[in-house]
Amino acid sequence: MTEMSVPKTELGAAVLSARNVAKSYGNIHALKGVNFDIHKGQVTTLFGENGAGKSTLMKVLSGIIQPTSGEIILDGAPVSFSSSTDARDRGISIIHQELSLAPNLSVRDNIFMGRELRNATGVDFAEEARQTRILMEELEEDIDPMTPVEDLRLGQQQIVEIARALSVDSRILIMDEPTSALSASEVEVLFKVIRDLKARGVSIVYISHHLEEALQITDHAVVLRDGEMTAYAKRKDIDLEWIVRNMVGENFDLGSPPTGYEMGAPALSIENVSVPDASGVDLVRDLSLSVRAGEIVCIYGLMGAGRTELLEAVGGRIALTGGRVMLGDRDVAKLRIADRIKEGLVLVPEDRQRDGLVQTMSVGQNLSLASIGNFTKRFFTSSADELAIVDESIARVHIKTDGGAAPIGSLSGGNQQKVVIGKMLATNPRVVLLDEPSRGIDVGAKAEVFKLLAERAREGLAVIYSTSEVGECLSVAHRIIVMRRGRISAEFSSDVTKERIMAASGEAVAADH
Amino acid sequence: MSDTTSPATGNSRSKGSFNLALLLLEGRAFFALIAIIVVFSILSPFYFSVNNFLIMSSQVAIFGLLAIGMLLVILTGGIDLSVGSTLGLAGVFAGFLMQGVSLEIFGVILYPSVWVVVVLTCLLGAFVGLVNGVLIAFFKVPAFVATLGVLYVARGVALLMTNGLTYNKLEGRPELGNTGFDWLGFNRLFNVPISVLILAAVAILAMVLLRRTAFGRWVYATGGNARAAELSGVPVKFTTITVYVLSGICAAIAGLVLSSQLTSAGPTAGTTYELTAIAAVVVGGAALTGGRGNVRGTLLGAFVIGFLSNGLVIIGVSSYWQTVFTGAVIVLAVLLNSIQYNKGPKKAETPAKPTSPQPESKA
Repeated sequence: MTEMSVPKTELGAAVLSARNVAKSYGNIHALKGVNFDIHKGQVTTLFGENGAGKSTLMKVLSGIIQPTSGEIILDGAPVSFSSSTDARDRGISIIHQELSLAPNLSVRDNIFMGRELRNATGVDFAEEARQTRILMEELEEDIDPMTPVEDLRLGQQQIVEIARALSVDSRILIMDEPTSALSASEVEVLFKVIRDLKARGVSIVYISHHLEEALQITDHAVVLRDGEMTAYAKRKDIDLEWIVRNMVGENFDLGSPPTGYEMGAPALSIENVSVPDASGVDLVRDLSLSVRAGEIVCIYGLMGAGRTELLEAVGGRIALTGGRVMLGDRDVAKLRIADRIKEGLVLVPEDRQRDGLVQTMSVGQNLSLASIGNFTKRFFTSSADELAIVDESIARVHIKTDGGAAPIGSLSGGNQQKVVIGKMLATNPRVVLLDEPSRGIDVGAKAEVFKLLAERAREGLAVIYSTSEVGECLSVAHRIIVMRRGRISAEFSSDVTKERIMAASGEAVAADH
Repeated sequence: MSDTTSPATGNSRSKGSFNLALLLLEGRAFFALIAIIVVFSILSPFYFSVNNFLIMSSQVAIFGLLAIGMLLVILTGGIDLSVGSTLGLAGVFAGFLMQGVSLEIFGVILYPSVWVVVVLTCLLGAFVGLVNGVLIAFFKVPAFVATLGVLYVARGVALLMTNGLTYNKLEGRPELGNTGFDWLGFNRLFNVPISVLILAAVAILAMVLLRRTAFGRWVYATGGNARAAELSGVPVKFTTITVYVLSGICAAIAGLVLSSQLTSAGPTAGTTYELTAIAAVVVGGAALTGGRGNVRGTLLGAFVIGFLSNGLVIIGVSSYWQTVFTGAVIVLAVLLNSIQYNKGPKKAETPAKPTSPQPESKA
């Protein structure tokens, strides 16, 4: 695989190309006809915000999912991968954003999972261990091949994931956020490995939220936005500003902060709260934040900044240590979720499929789930009262559905998200926390969700939402909080620029300031 | 919306047959029951009579009671393997009380009246369920393992209580004021066996509980997505414990009815009944993953299994074949369940599928 007759950095030699590749999930168009090329022995970086379609595109290229239309061209001939194994056999491998390792197995067994080396007596464990050791040396990581993966820290697990992709000897290597858990020195090693791979003629597709980091290594930049390729350029023709401009776009309006009313007293005051993970490391450190009735606050931060942990701890999902969570003048830090909901503090979770919806229930039953008490008299639920609540919710949060009896799976992603939000708003909360409310929904639905939040803020609701898309900070939020490594690194009013927000998050250093 | 309606309108020509297939699929337990009745009525002149139906129903009642408790548990995504043992333990406990409880300190023997026996036995069932529920909800023991352990413990306790023997004197004595235990299993009200009436009453209670109370909604939500339910303020732990307690009570009632029908209480009564109960729930269309199923389906499932095995006995099929038939029915039911529940996702995938073979044929 590594010995190629073609000159090492020949330009224009597209090894793998996507032609009009589109992918739809029901009504959601994750990719809308993308064209781009991967050149031999070069790094092509995909830039784009969350939900822009980067990961979907990579999954299409690596055979994990099949495109709805369009074609993939490998070495000049159209191909169709039936599975990721099929793609791997043709020399394409992928390092996933979410780790796909079996934690109970050793490093060696993970690296050779599904393609164990055989000899006469079964699996050639000695050879596997030898190759694993070589890979670990190459990655400058002192990990014994027999160590169970669950004993490694996250960054080392990512190294194992990378080693697995390297061990296949692929011609094309896709790296989806390979550095999100790596330390700076580990990133350096990875980049050295990438340069080695390039020299050997391996083509690399790279995805990262750390824009500057990606600029160090890339040869080509492709920018995706809302499932479309919006820009393409060679590294020498571009700079950070060009990427940011093309990534966020200027043309869609997600609303502006609602004005013309008086904000009330502080509705929620988080005081000196820390949130430890399972091993006791604080993901949120000694954080304080206060939100007034009628105010909308946006929390921006990269993956791992602690946004989700903060919101889940305040919502009661996970435990926090120290500090207080004052709802009005009551400390709710020790209450169960059900009691926090009764007190008027609700959480709309990040992952609506896993944490938000009950797939076996109808739209109406999902909408009324958090407010069953409101239509229960003595022991019995009242269908008429429930229907009233459901119909009101459908109207208030503008859900497009055949009615409350429709199955939840029949709705588009945006409407499903509105069901999750509507469910929590039906409890008439005083404070609502929304963890990435715009995740996986299209721009139109995003705008509607933000409009909805603005409407409710006008009525005195305190809103905190988190986002990893900088454009969404500058929509309805009165105040923007930037989180970095578990702390608040900056606080802005709504007239801030995207660049300053990104700089505060550690995503990109503001060039000229 | 469009993605659900388009596949149906897409093959509008075959719409009639499509709907018939859908009707047959959704009402499969009901149609299976009709088919069983028709087939055996043709095969045997003794099958189709009111009296035979009532006799069969009184036998079905035992499994029906267990299955309703099991349904509640399965709806939350759990499983209760202990119901057969709980049934046996409840019978033995009732038999023990009927023999008279001797309190040696006071030198007296207490003969509790039948209703006291019934209440205490139900409390015992509730206690067994509570143990299950607490193990599962608070100690995070997987339901399968927790109830498997309790299966053994309850059976062992029942054997210990009687030294492996059977209580035979359950009729009580008029001078002690504890007669009437046989009423549950033998008597009839308006010519309907009491056991069938008890099943009907429990079924109606369970239906109301599931359809018209907040608790019922909690059960479905817990089984459908416990994480989402918890974030919506559903008391998931309470719900989990309560369904096991209710399942234990159902098993205790079944134990009372069975020992009354047999006029004896043996410690091995109800062995493997939990499997029949699970089968009834599954045949009735409930999903073992939780969140789907209802009382009507479960009752139909219990009757399908009961009427099938009775019919096979009446036409003289060997009991070995009965086992084979019952097994086949269960597998068929699960197969149909997965067809029904996978319908939704498959529809969503169909637009994507046709595209993948096309490039392949080009390549």
